[in-house]
Amino acid sequence: MRAKPILLMTAHRLAILAYIAFALFPLYWLLKVAVTPNDLLYSEGIRLWPSRATLDHFDFVLRHSAFPTFFKNSLIVSGSTAVIVTILASLSGYALSRFNFRGKYWLVALMLLTQMFPLVMLVAPIFKILSPLGLTNSLTGLVIVYTAFNVPFATFLMQSFFDGIPKDLEEAAMIDGATQFVAFRQIILPLTLPGIAATLGFVFTAAWSELLFSLMLISGNDQATFPVGLLSFVSKFSVDFGQMMAAGVLALIPACLFFLLIQRYLVQGLTAGAVKG
Amino acid sequence: MASIDIANIRKSYGIHPVLHDVDLKIGDGEFVVLVGPSGCGKSTLLRMIAGLESVTSGEIRIAGKRVNELAPKDRDIAMVFQSYALYPHMSVANNMSYSLRLRKVAKEKIASVVSGAASKLGLDPLLERRPRALSGGQRQRVAMGRAIVREPKAFLFDEPLSNLDARLREQMRAEIKKLHKDLGATSIYVTHDQIEAMTLADRIVAMNGGFVQQVGSPLDLYDRPANLFVAGFIGSPGMNFFEGTYRNGQSPRFETKGGVTIPAQVHAELADGASATLGIRPEHVEIGTTAPDALKATVDLVEPTGFGIILHLSFGKAIFKAFTNDRAFLKASGEIPVRLPPERLHFFDADGNRV
Ligand SMILES: Nc1ncnc2c1ncn2[C@@H]1O[C@H](COP(=O)(O)OP(=O)(O)OP(=O)(O)O)[C@@H](O)[C@H]1O
Ligand SMILES: [Mg+2]
Repeated sequence: MRAKPILLMTAHRLAILAYIAFALFPLYWLLKVAVTPNDLLYSEGIRLWPSRATLDHFDFVLRHSAFPTFFKNSLIVSGSTAVIVTILASLSGYALSRFNFRGKYWLVALMLLTQMFPLVMLVAPIFKILSPLGLTNSLTGLVIVYTAFNVPFATFLMQSFFDGIPKDLEEAAMIDGATQFVAFRQIILPLTLPGIAATLGFVFTAAWSELLFSLMLISGNDQATFPVGLLSFVSKFSVDFGQMMAAGVLALIPACLFFLLIQRYLVQGLTAGAVKG
Repeated sequence: MASIDIANIRKSYGIHPVLHDVDLKIGDGEFVVLVGPSGCGKSTLLRMIAGLESVTSGEIRIAGKRVNELAPKDRDIAMVFQSYALYPHMSVANNMSYSLRLRKVAKEKIASVVSGAASKLGLDPLLERRPRALSGGQRQRVAMGRAIVREPKAFLFDEPLSNLDARLREQMRAEIKKLHKDLGATSIYVTHDQIEAMTLADRIVAMNGGFVQQVGSPLDLYDRPANLFVAGFIGSPGMNFFEGTYRNGQSPRFETKGGVTIPAQVHAELADGASATLGIRPEHVEIGTTAPDALKATVDLVEPTGFGIILHLSFGKAIFKAFTNDRAFLKASGEIPVRLPPERLHFFDADGNRV
């Protein structure tokens, strides 16, 4: 009688473990290569951990490469994109969730349409638009492009969070004496923190790892973001894997920190207790 | 406190009319209850008064001033929602004081008003809790507290007790009545619970399909329902109806479709042979009577409620109910003598209106 559930549970756990191992293995490999000294990289064959580990690559990347610049640029671009997109998406998501206005249907259709094109098709026209404005080879240009591409999806995401908050709450606030905007800011927004955190995280990682536009719109190391910067470890004759992986590990840190910061909001169901329970 | 005038209000959603020419004057300090079946437009009317729905045509006046175009915040009314709509991220005290804080009332004043309301509602020990840590009844009280701290011109209630269990509902009903006595606030209360309507109301407004059917005191509606809808809606168990023909003449009487003849009083408005509906409340049906004009009815079912007994009876195909407190009828079966006292009969003409 009891053997079956235990067996099932073990199988279940094993499956999850297998999945996690599969998903995390590339990250592990990243770390492993990053700490492998250059002379052991090809000589030791395939081993799970090198016989001698070193932090030299990290040291080199931080002190002698342009990586800190890339890192800073990426932080600026991704941070600004995430903040701008989240603010815009909160406002537009709220409008889509709560207001009925003329052309709403078409607006939504149009926003969906923008999500359907492969981005590669848009590189040339966007370059053509930004170049006379002096926005190529500039972080501002990159922020504008990323914002434009992320707002539609983020809007839908925020809308679904607003849809989950009972309308009664802001009506109660309005009767209590708030304007619609005050009700939005003081009642609805605090309850949407999990949604805002999710949107921030989503947009931040999307911008953080974006390569295509960054590669096309930026030339030169000064304005390059880190995904482009990684490519600079590829020279004509060799690939400096150790340094590249070390840079990659460092690049993971902000994303991890970011999710660590917001995970509290991601799991919290703040609306509990608002209405009858 | 203020009076509320509702003048020829109409409401349509697109082409769908929801309220038709609702006309109602609510006096200062009056407690008015809106009753009616689901979907008849009670909430819509209440929300229009609150300013949460636009007015399609007609005028709403609060304290004599037209408010059609005013935002909810400028109408100075308070509302208790069926869902309570407590702010989940605020403590009980902050929930109650939110409206005062928005109005920039002095801190000391807020503290004293909130503690006054809290002690009135027995919320003192809960002031620092979040709504999610409260029981349904406590949440209900907080919602009431939020409404009373502000001393608004009027209170609106949309089925405030419908999420509570029967016992708690009874208790809160009494508290609301007491509160109204204390504050004397103009109140509009939506419910589909008849007992709430009967016990709380100064006046009841019975609605159906977006039309006001009757406005009057609870006993008015009970004793003299204006039409078949009100007659059937008010009272539990509901009024019995028989369709048939009214006969004038030497001995006025009513002949049901099933061929039963019931003696009646004179109703000059009904012509001889007019088709009509006869109504009688279950508690007015005399059973086990020895009167000479008694009829024979078959007992189909006996339902003891503890408080009394509901007997399901029939004249042939025509079924009806009788209510009695006499426990002797617990064992009733077969045929029993039944009398429908003429002075207790209600008559409705072919259009369903009282005559
Ligand atoms: N936003 C809306 N759009 C279209 N029709 C609506 C809308 N809101 C309400 N209605 C319609 O208006 C009618 C009245 O609704 P209302 O909520 O006032 O009913 P109610 O009397 O409060 O019912 P209940 O007792 O179930 O709460 C219903 O037929 C409903 O379908
Ligand atoms: Mg309703």
